[in-house]
Amino acid sequence: MMKNTAFTEIHKELGAKMVEFAGYLMPVEYSGINNEHRNVREKLGVFDVSHMGEIEVNGAKALGFLQYVTSNDVSVLTEGKIQYSCFPNGKGGIVDDLLVYYMDKDKYLLVLNASNLEKDWNWLLSQGNKFGLKEGKELINRSDETAQLAVQGPKALDAMQKLTDENVKDMKFYTHKTIEFAGIKDVLFSTTGYTGAGGCEIYVRNEEGRKLWDAVMSAGAEFGIIPVGLGARDTLRLEMAYCLYGNDINDETSPIEAGLGWITKFTKDKDFIDRELLLKHKEEGVSKRLKAFVMKERGIPRQHYEVINKDGERIGEVTSGTMSPMMKQGIGMAYLNKGYWETGTEIMIRIRNKTLKAEVVGMPIYKSL
Amino acid sequence: MNIPEDIKYTKNHEWIKIDGEKAVVGITEYAQGELGDVVFVEVETEGEELEKGEAFGTIEAVKTVSDLFMPASGTVLEFNAKLEDEPELINSDPYGDGWLIKIKIKNNDSDNLLDPDQYKSMIES
Repeated sequence: MMKNTAFTEIHKELGAKMVEFAGYLMPVEYSGINNEHRNVREKLGVFDVSHMGEIEVNGAKALGFLQYVTSNDVSVLTEGKIQYSCFPNGKGGIVDDLLVYYMDKDKYLLVLNASNLEKDWNWLLSQGNKFGLKEGKELINRSDETAQLAVQGPKALDAMQKLTDENVKDMKFYTHKTIEFAGIKDVLFSTTGYTGAGGCEIYVRNEEGRKLWDAVMSAGAEFGIIPVGLGARDTLRLEMAYCLYGNDINDETSPIEAGLGWITKFTKDKDFIDRELLLKHKEEGVSKRLKAFVMKERGIPRQHYEVINKDGERIGEVTSGTMSPMMKQGIGMAYLNKGYWETGTEIMIRIRNKTLKAEVVGMPIYKSL
Repeated sequence: MNIPEDIKYTKNHEWIKIDGEKAVVGITEYAQGELGDVVFVEVETEGEELEKGEAFGTIEAVKTVSDLFMPASGTVLEFNAKLEDEPELINSDPYGDGWLIKIKIKNNDSDNLLDPDQYKSMIES
């Protein structure tokens, strides 16, 4: 049984192509993936991301618990700050990647992938037992009550500033405020996003969804706002080489292999799950690493395509790939064996019956100037 | 839905415009709508003789890769070179500038080809 978000009827009214995703009926595209993608890079777009999960972690043990279950150092977060992180799974893999919001001294908000929500919730409950955290008290799942829109693009904050008296235009990246917005009280507004185009994510209660959508579309109209679906969400994040759980990270990839060492902190007060194993990965090195690449010959790399070297030997596997709407060339991410990690390294991608040239590049893949 | 009257159609949502021994082949407006943005087209069978139903190339949308099938037996004469840099022509002008290949027909057995009305019924069902 597919679930609707607070905006499902709106997507249908707009004639969006709908698809089932993580148990929800979601819009893939409204006016064409490439058109929506470019509009976000050049102006702004609005995404329904209500399928994401929201879990509150409360109480005096919240910080200690989060230091245990997440890879990043939660103690650096202060009022209004957010960090990207992941849950190591105890076996050298990743349960999910997520955002951690510091709400108050004993209150954090976790924002998680829709596709892993049930798994994440069960994981947090069972790990939370060790800290005496109780469901409904210290651990509260707010996902079903929460609607969320992402407004992304260079014009996004200018447009959203019209809907509130609080200054949002000048908010620093990865910060949040709870404000009156679009005439709605207690709206969580954060300068986060999965596109690399700038902008915000806005959380409201489901009942306020329609009002928020109408206000956002109206405020964004003069800047050229259009609705954007999951199709462009994927091409946008891939141009940035942002990880997608299920493709680039999963329960068998370590954060070190995935290039997420920057969110894995071995500080003294962080005795986290897989600390020893990951420290070993960091100090001794790993045998494969997630790298970004661009195609040097015409072709589109896709998940599971083989990566080979000039001698025809298998040296890796593509995890994500697409035709970049901005760069108009094939781009992707792949786990590569040691020896092929340096930027500029030539690799070959097996695409159907051909092997096509590609090159390892830095991240983000698309650099706007 | 645009279904031109002067051409024939296949169950695979291709159109074929026959002019004596030669024909032009493309995919229909319905097909490009279902596919979404076309981002890549590959035809490397120029000069090859293929049977009706055989794949002559591939077409890629953002999320999918699909084979393209010969609507009739014959020789692939030409691939629309414009599609290399502008695959989106298939979306914007599927019956005109978005044509895929030109072929020389081998034998005229058109029992797989649908009239505009038959194609219309097929996509409406």
